Amino acid sequence: MTAAVDSRGLGRESLAERRSVRRRRAGRAPTPARIGLYAFLLTAAALFLLPLYVMGVTSVKPMEEIRLGNLFALPVRVTLEPWAQAWLSACTGLQCEGLRVGFANSVAIVVPSTALSIALGALNGYALSFWRPRGAQALYAVLLTGAFIPYQVMMFPLVRALAALGVFGSLPGIVLVHTLFGMPVMTLLFRNYYAGVPRELFMAARIDGGGFWRIFVQLMLPLSLPVAVVAVIMQVTGIWNDFVLGLVFAGSDHLPMTVQLNNIINTTTGERLYNVNMAATLLTSLVPLAVYLASGRWFVRGIAAGAVKG
Amino acid sequence: MTTPSRRPPLRHAMAWLALLPMAATVLWVYVGSVAWSLRVSLSSSRTLPIADFVGLRQYERLFDSERWTTSLRNMALFGALFIVGCLVLGLLLAVFIDRRVKGEGLLRTVFLYPYAMSFVATGLVWQWLLNPELGLQSTVRGWGLAGFNFDWIVRQDMVMVAIAIAAVWQASGLVMALLLAGLRGVDDSLWMAARIDGIPPWRVYASIVLPQLGPSFATAFVLLAVGVVKVFDVVVAMTQGGPGLASEVPAKFIIDNLFVRANIGLASAASSVLLLTVLALLAPWLYARGRAARRDARRLAPGQAQARPDMPGAPRRPAAGAGGA
Repeated sequence: MTAAVDSRGLGRESLAERRSVRRRRAGRAPTPARIGLYAFLLTAAALFLLPLYVMGVTSVKPMEEIRLGNLFALPVRVTLEPWAQAWLSACTGLQCEGLRVGFANSVAIVVPSTALSIALGALNGYALSFWRPRGAQALYAVLLTGAFIPYQVMMFPLVRALAALGVFGSLPGIVLVHTLFGMPVMTLLFRNYYAGVPRELFMAARIDGGGFWRIFVQLMLPLSLPVAVVAVIMQVTGIWNDFVLGLVFAGSDHLPMTVQLNNIINTTTGERLYNVNMAATLLTSLVPLAVYLASGRWFVRGIAAGAVKG
Repeated sequence: MTTPSRRPPLRHAMAWLALLPMAATVLWVYVGSVAWSLRVSLSSSRTLPIADFVGLRQYERLFDSERWTTSLRNMALFGALFIVGCLVLGLLLAVFIDRRVKGEGLLRTVFLYPYAMSFVATGLVWQWLLNPELGLQSTVRGWGLAGFNFDWIVRQDMVMVAIAIAAVWQASGLVMALLLAGLRGVDDSLWMAARIDGIPPWRVYASIVLPQLGPSFATAFVLLAVGVVKVFDVVVAMTQGGPGLASEVPAKFIIDNLFVRANIGLASAASSVLLLTVLALLAPWLYARGRAARRDARRLAPGQAQARPDMPGAPRRPAAGAGGA
C-alpha cells in the first residue's frame, strides 16, 4: 500500500485509521442502507425472541387470562403456580410427580454419558493422531461416516443386542447408547485438536521414555482443557436435548426430561393447562440455555463438529 | 524414526488396545447393525426377525404403502422449505452482522439461542404459538383483523409448512454461525481493493465473497439435509404426525413400525431407503472435502498442513466487538 498523504499534510493514514474514521462517520449520519440493515436485524431479533417471550408470559398467567386469547398480553395477575405444578405434580399417565422425575433421570443419564464419551473420544483422538496404528485410519473413516446415519437404521439391532446383554431399558443401557453414538464427534473433536499439537512435543516425550499411557495422562490430557470444555458443552446440551434415544432405550424408569415433557403435554386428557405446559417446556430448556449463555464463544466453536450429531 | 525394528509392533499393540472400544463400536454399531438392518429388509420378519429371504418384497410393500409415500412427500416438502429457509435467513443474518454492527455479540446470542433448545421444546412452543383457538391467530383477530387466518398446524395442506417454520427458527442460527465464521475468514485486502475500486458492498458479496464461501455453504447444506432425513422429534412434539397422516415423516414411520406395529422387515426396508438417501447426499460432499484436504496437504509444508482447523475456531480477521456468542 502506498502512503496516503492528505491535503493538510497530516501524513500517513493507516488503513485501520481510515476504517475507524469511516465507522465514526457512519455513526454520526447513518445512511439509509445502514438504517435498513439495523431495521432488519432488530426485527429478526424480535421474531427470534418472540417464542421465548410467549413461553415466559404464558407460564405465569392463570388459565382464565389465557382463555381470553391474547398471546402477547402481560399477565394481569402473576402466578408461579404453573411452575410449581410443572415441577412437582404434572402428570404423565397415572403418575403425577412432576418434571423433577425426568430432571433427575436426565442428570443421571447426562453425567456418566458425558464423562464416558469424552474419555473415549480423547483416547481415540490421541491414539489416532500420534500413534497411528495400521488400519486405524480406515476405522476412523467408517466411524465418521457413521455419524451421519440416522439412528433408525441401527436402532433395532441395538435394541436386541442390549436386551441380550441384559441392559436394555436400564440406566447403563442408555449411557452406553449415548457413548456409542457420541463417539464419532468426540473422536473427531479430539483428533483435530491433537493434530494441532506439535509432533516434536510427542517425540520428545517418547525419547524421554514415555509410554502410551504416560504420555496420554501426563502430557496430552493437561493440554486438552480447551477442547474438553467444548466437548462438555456439546455433550451436555446434545444428550440433554436427545429425545429418540431416551424414548427407545432408557426404559420407563429412566425416561429423560424431554420424553417426560412430551408425555405431559401430548398425552394428557382433559383440559390442557397451557401455562403448566409452557412452564414445563421452559424448565426442560433451562439446562441447555444456561450452558449456552454461560459458554458463549465456546458453544459456537463446538457447532461445526457438534452439528454432525443429532 | 530410528527405533529398532522390534519396537513398532509393541507400540502398535498398545495403541490398538486403546482403540479396541472404537473398533468394537465401528464393527458392532456402524457396520454390523447396518448390515443386519439391510439383511432383515430382505426377509419376511414381522414381530421377530426371521432368517428367510423374500427378495425385494418388503420394498414393494413399502412403496405400496400410502403412509410411506406420504411420509416421503412430506419429508421432501419439509426439506425444501427448511433448507432454503435456513440458508436464506442464515445468510442474511450473517452478512448483516458482518457489516460491523453495534451489539454484534448480543445479536448473535439471540439468533443462536434456539439452537440450544431441543427439537421437542421447539415443537411444543410452536404448537402453542400456532394453536388456532388461543395462539397467534386469535391474538391478531383480537387486534381487529377478524379475517386473519393462521391455522396451518391443523390444515392438512399446510401443516408441513408450520413445522418448517418452527424448524427454521431453531436451526437458522446454526447457518448464521457457520457462514459468519466463513465471512470472517475472507481476506481483508480483498475488501480494501474493492473499496478503492468503488465497488458497492452488495456487489462484493454477490460476486466475490459468497462464491468463496462455497465450502461453508456445502457444510451447512449437508448438516441441514441430514437433519431433514432424521426429522422426528419436532413432528412428534408438534403434531404427532397429524392431522390425519398429513405430517408423517419417514423416521417416524420406522419407529412406529418397529415398536408399535411389529413390522420389522418393513421398517428395515424403510431405514435402508433412508440410509441410501443419506449416503447419496454425503458422497459428493465427502469427496470434495477429501480432495480439498489433499490439495491443502500438498500445498503446505507437512508441519503446517495440520494447522488447518476443521472447525471454525478463532476468526482470522479480528471481529469488531466479537464479545462471545
